[in-house]
Amino acid sequence: MKSAVIVFPGSNCDRDIAVALEQASGRKPHMAFHKDTELPDVDVIAVPGGFSYGDYLRCGAMAAHSPIMKLVKERAAKGVRVVGICNGFQIITEAGLLPGALIRNKSLKYVCRTVGLTVENTDSDFTKKYTKGQVIGIPVGHGEGNYVADEETLKRLEGEGLVAFRYAALPSQTADQANPNGATNNIAGIFNAERNVLGMMPHPERAFDPLHGNTDGRAFFDSLVESLS
Amino acid sequence: MSATSWKEPEVTEALAAEHGIKADEYARLLEIVGRQPTFTELGIYSVMWSEHCSYKSSRVWLKQFPTKAPWVICGPGENAGVIDIGDNQAAIFKMESHNHPSYIEPFQGAATGVGGILRDVFTMGARPIANLNALRFGEPSHPKTRQLVAGVVSGIGHYGNCVGVPTVGGETNFHKAYNGNCLVNAMTVGIADQDKIFYSKAAGVGNPVVYVGSKTGRDGIHGATMSSAEFTEDSEAKRPTVQVGDPFTEKLLIEACLELMNTDAIQSIQDMGAAGLTSSSVEMAGKGGLGIELHLEKVPQREVGMTPYEIMLSESQERMLIVLKPGHEEEARAIFDKWELDFAVIGHLTDTGHFVLKMHGQTYCDLELAPLFDAAPLYHRPTEPTPAQPALDLDESALWPSDLSLADILAKLVACPDLASKRWIWQQYDSQVGADTRFISGQSDAAVVRVHGTNKALAMSSDVTPRYCFADPVQGGRQAVAESYRNVSAVGALPLAITDNMNFGNPEKPRIMGQFAGCVEGMAEACRVLDYPVVSGNVSLYNETNGEGILPTPTVGGVGLLADGHKAVGLGFKNDGDVILLVGETEGHLGQSLYLREILGLEAGPAPAVDLEAEKRHGTFVREAIQAGLITASHDVSDGGLQVALAEMAMASGKGADLAGLDGWHIAELFGEDQGRYVLTVKPSDVETVEAKAAEAGVTLTHIGTVGGDSLTAPGGLAISVASLVEVNESWLPAYMDGKLG
Repeated sequence: MKSAVIVFPGSNCDRDIAVALEQASGRKPHMAFHKDTELPDVDVIAVPGGFSYGDYLRCGAMAAHSPIMKLVKERAAKGVRVVGICNGFQIITEAGLLPGALIRNKSLKYVCRTVGLTVENTDSDFTKKYTKGQVIGIPVGHGEGNYVADEETLKRLEGEGLVAFRYAALPSQTADQANPNGATNNIAGIFNAERNVLGMMPHPERAFDPLHGNTDGRAFFDSLVESLS
Repeated sequence: MSATSWKEPEVTEALAAEHGIKADEYARLLEIVGRQPTFTELGIYSVMWSEHCSYKSSRVWLKQFPTKAPWVICGPGENAGVIDIGDNQAAIFKMESHNHPSYIEPFQGAATGVGGILRDVFTMGARPIANLNALRFGEPSHPKTRQLVAGVVSGIGHYGNCVGVPTVGGETNFHKAYNGNCLVNAMTVGIADQDKIFYSKAAGVGNPVVYVGSKTGRDGIHGATMSSAEFTEDSEAKRPTVQVGDPFTEKLLIEACLELMNTDAIQSIQDMGAAGLTSSSVEMAGKGGLGIELHLEKVPQREVGMTPYEIMLSESQERMLIVLKPGHEEEARAIFDKWELDFAVIGHLTDTGHFVLKMHGQTYCDLELAPLFDAAPLYHRPTEPTPAQPALDLDESALWPSDLSLADILAKLVACPDLASKRWIWQQYDSQVGADTRFISGQSDAAVVRVHGTNKALAMSSDVTPRYCFADPVQGGRQAVAESYRNVSAVGALPLAITDNMNFGNPEKPRIMGQFAGCVEGMAEACRVLDYPVVSGNVSLYNETNGEGILPTPTVGGVGLLADGHKAVGLGFKNDGDVILLVGETEGHLGQSLYLREILGLEAGPAPAVDLEAEKRHGTFVREAIQAGLITASHDVSDGGLQVALAEMAMASGKGADLAGLDGWHIAELFGEDQGRYVLTVKPSDVETVEAKAAEAGVTLTHIGTVGGDSLTAPGGLAISVASLVEVNESWLPAYMDGKLG
């Protein structure tokens, strides 16, 4: 599996996702800079977390208009897998690869903790190594992860199985602790209609290594490797 | 804007006084300069001679600290301390206060505190891998406290989260002595290759002096001087002296500097912290014994019409000063262009020994540089020893309020502001970015972060018990270092070195200077005995408002090394059936304990004594047992004593314990704060091995009980569900911040 990681000014999870992709696939990802106008042939593109351009405008809004995103959109249209995590989810949503928007957390505060996620759909190259309905623990860290969309979009996402992950309580949590940001329908991650683009707020690269004390994110990367190798 | 020259105000003794320069200091200044200084020169002297930059009251005492060990690569005097962690790698770290600015403007004050300490560390070539914060606020009922907590926490999160360095540890305490002066002590730890460490000593006459980073604005002018004075009622009017931080630019600056450091372009480098361009240029040239000439019109400026005085005293953030090797300008410029940061050659090093500042051809400053750098006043301020606290005279019936059961007492303690869960705070910090975090505050006694790309990990902790330092500065100083040593040992790491952040009141008062001297004495002794040298530090004096000083607070930031990060042990109970063992001796010292303060409303008695030899023996035993894989959970016994330590281990895991070994223990033994103790849990099959090792090491072990169930139970009446402890422990801070309490 050949992969690329996009680096914007202010990206800060670019190295973390690159480490996970390399460990899972055995190949070093190509690191693409925001100004790049060329991108090698890859099977998957990761748009990482961080604070692209400081997120001083709406989160992801500046990055969505950077030169590299033109290429990412072209590749996505050709079926290349694209995953946006955290700020990456905000960026690819701003870029129009996914519907809806990510607004300020309901608490108005940044939140960093491990959340429970139900794997809603395992029929994708990102999730096939999980079992449907499985509850996994993955860390989040964001101030603006509250997913919203108009009713029609929500209906479509739900009806066509495009919700990838939904917040759920871990055994140690109460039901009202499940959703960290107020996201509609507890949506933590969604696919595009073709399911080659995934956006998610939680960070599987932070639950990957035995040192993290939790390896629930490992199957995410193993799914990609199995699908794309 | 046509103005290219400025008529500066005439310098008088009164104007000098407005700059915080006292009459005798002004006389000394005139003698050194040999003429009336210009206005810009006066500004420069005022910041270089401020307490903040010159350490004029503290320097004579700080010499007592041991600063050397075979693993110390660079001790105090540079931007941060450097220690050897093997494999040609170094850990670089420092703690620094941003107390005064954080009280005046909590969000930006705390944010720029984080930014400043990060720069101190990456200036030396290290990629920052962890941030910690030691916070002290006034009593919860004080009208400003809630707003300060909210602002400081949000400022730390704003900066640290964006810049992409995990915030993994720290402490938060409340006491009325901080009502008028909160403390924000920020620590950064970074990793560098030993052959890629950068220093600030300038060399090479003619070498270009380069300014990089953000533009210079009018923010923060005289921040260093403001931080060297007491607060009064009108201190809020000083808000314009607080700088404004931009973590996005800092992130770019980290990447650009580390990229430049991978080339061979840099001769020396220093961040522009307190006193900005003045202190960075004076210190770099001063350390190299050289002169420096700057052309201020070349300094990137945020607004038009800035005077030389303003440019030199601005504390705008996210700026660095670099001396390049000749011929590397374009290579360096390309890197800063890539990261879209300002880059300007603003001057060069000279052999004149003078500090020369020109703007549009006119000279505004021409001072001999050496006296600016090393002739600041040095004060041997009078000290007054702290009187000994009388021993406590309370019998068991006076100690145990008849209306409270043991369960009530424990619940009350774990819900008190100092012991209540700080989840509300640390959930607002990104503790996981970097994907190398093993443990954060609350999961273990020290935060544990892996050294990227290796199996090694660093253990980091911040510690001090100000109420002990107030009661007995020498014991309190010893205890701060010993507790740091204990917390680092408790995760299984070898304690290597500390950074210190000395927060005290007005040094011109003998009582305060006595506290300072006492704490230094105790800390220095502990550092010597524990082989735990001081490699960097910061002093913050004048933490007083309307004549009321803070508790003496010498915060200790400790760093230790684990050869294998996977061996680190957390504090939560691990397995049902594990045997709970207490390391160390319990005499029941209640003086200055949280039990007295929270249950009986007394802040009284002597501070607990610290037996440094025992600390060393116990720490070594615990560390070795963890390294041998014999320990499943480990926690030091500190605030609240043994009973609270056990409750914390239960709350962290949701598991209960049968504490049969506490049969017949008195209140003082359950809640006393005797030092040098740890609680360990061990699998039943390993108990004999651990006991044999303890006997061999001369360490006292006491069987306390067994992990299991969902309650803490002990003979003599304790019976409380872990869930109910968690409930009261978790609810205080969110309820307080929602305005429902205090």
